[in-house]
Amino acid sequence: MTHDAHYTTHLPGGHHWSLRLRRGTTLTLTAKQADSNVGLLCYNPENLLERLNLPDTLKAQHTFKLTQGHCLYSDMGRIFASITHDDLGWHDSVGGNLMPHHLLAKGWQPVSYQQAHNDWTRTGFDAFLVELAKYGLGRRDMAANLNLFSRVESDDAGKLSYVSDHCQPGNRVTLRFEMDTLVLLHTCPHPLDPAADYPRRGVDIALGIAEAPNEDDPCYRSRPENARGFANNRLYHLGL
Amino acid sequence: MIIESTLRPENAVSRTTVNAGDHYIGVVKRGQTLRILDLEGNQAADTLFFSAADTAEHYSAMDTVREQGAVYLTAGSKLISSEGRTMLTLTADTCGRHDTLGGACASESNTVRYDLEKRHMHSCRDNWMQAIVNHPEYGLTKRDITHNINFFMNVPVTADGGLTFEDGISAPGKYVEMVAEMDVIVLVSNCPQLNNPCNGYDPTPIELLVWE
Ligand SMILES: [Zn+2]
Repeated sequence: MTHDAHYTTHLPGGHHWSLRLRRGTTLTLTAKQADSNVGLLCYNPENLLERLNLPDTLKAQHTFKLTQGHCLYSDMGRIFASITHDDLGWHDSVGGNLMPHHLLAKGWQPVSYQQAHNDWTRTGFDAFLVELAKYGLGRRDMAANLNLFSRVESDDAGKLSYVSDHCQPGNRVTLRFEMDTLVLLHTCPHPLDPAADYPRRGVDIALGIAEAPNEDDPCYRSRPENARGFANNRLYHLGL
Repeated sequence: MIIESTLRPENAVSRTTVNAGDHYIGVVKRGQTLRILDLEGNQAADTLFFSAADTAEHYSAMDTVREQGAVYLTAGSKLISSEGRTMLTLTADTCGRHDTLGGACASESNTVRYDLEKRHMHSCRDNWMQAIVNHPEYGLTKRDITHNINFFMNVPVTADGGLTFEDGISAPGKYVEMVAEMDVIVLVSNCPQLNNPCNGYDPTPIELLVWE
């Protein structure tokens, strides 16, 4: 499963990025600081109404966390991406986005661009809206996002807690795209991050080319549901 | 948390029975109380809310779960919008726990969950599509149909990050009640699911009651 990086860049903390990634490409994210967070959304560039559906993703794989072996499902029963490598064992599926009203409530002083230039306090909510607008999308199109590198647990009574020190510098996660996917990312802090002030934690991005998965693929085999998800993708690509 | 209501059905301003596999769309005004009543037990009411003033603002499962710090809904829970505002507050609940993580059944996701040939069975998502097509006056399209509440469903999360589907904890006559904090469009699919044993493969009617 080795693949050469065809492109690398760094996404600083508190910033956003998007790209149409082709079927068969890989996206590897490497945390540069402890407790990094990357918000992720997926859309089908050929039909922007098809988008990441976290409830379907969780339900199909009987999981509350996402890690290696899991797949990310669209609302149309197809797989956008498989998680082919993961150093962390847990990525958050319920935390959602840092919202503008959180900043003061958390004691994080909002800082404007005029004050701080590129060190201003962007929220994940606004970061996604900016990227969505580039594709003609808006507030009604913002699906529930994944929070890569972050861990939020639930106890037996359903009480949620954010786990600090989950992500260490150098931790890496790789997504392999199973269909063409418009990927939106931001590096704004997790909304439950207890840091005293707005934390600025970036990630390295590397894009590569994957080997085509076969029926021995760990993501294909991890659940019978995923074999059917891959079958839906084969149907979608029939004749291509 | 079990809290019984003091409201009496004979004083309701509207009462609507929704059969299994049917949908309901309508407006609940700020200050009104909506009760969803599980008439025969173990039914799931897959529900979405939209701000009537601006339908781009809608119920958000993730904002709700995070802001209340808990994955289940019950009396006292606030239903939070995609803009971080309280849409409704749950004021009574005789069931004790409702799911908002599991999403709705769809013909497409049923192919993944159950079998590729299960696509041809009725589903909540198809039901919502029928509702928005039948009622263009609300201005909703597929892009508005997002993560929902499954009233009366029991989907426990385990401490190590698993998600399990348990038999319903509802029973005939159990209900959940909520007061609207803004004018909301309520969109309900009364689940027609025939693949999941949680309803004993026998989808049954619910009733929606509204009080001033
Ligand atoms: Zn359903």
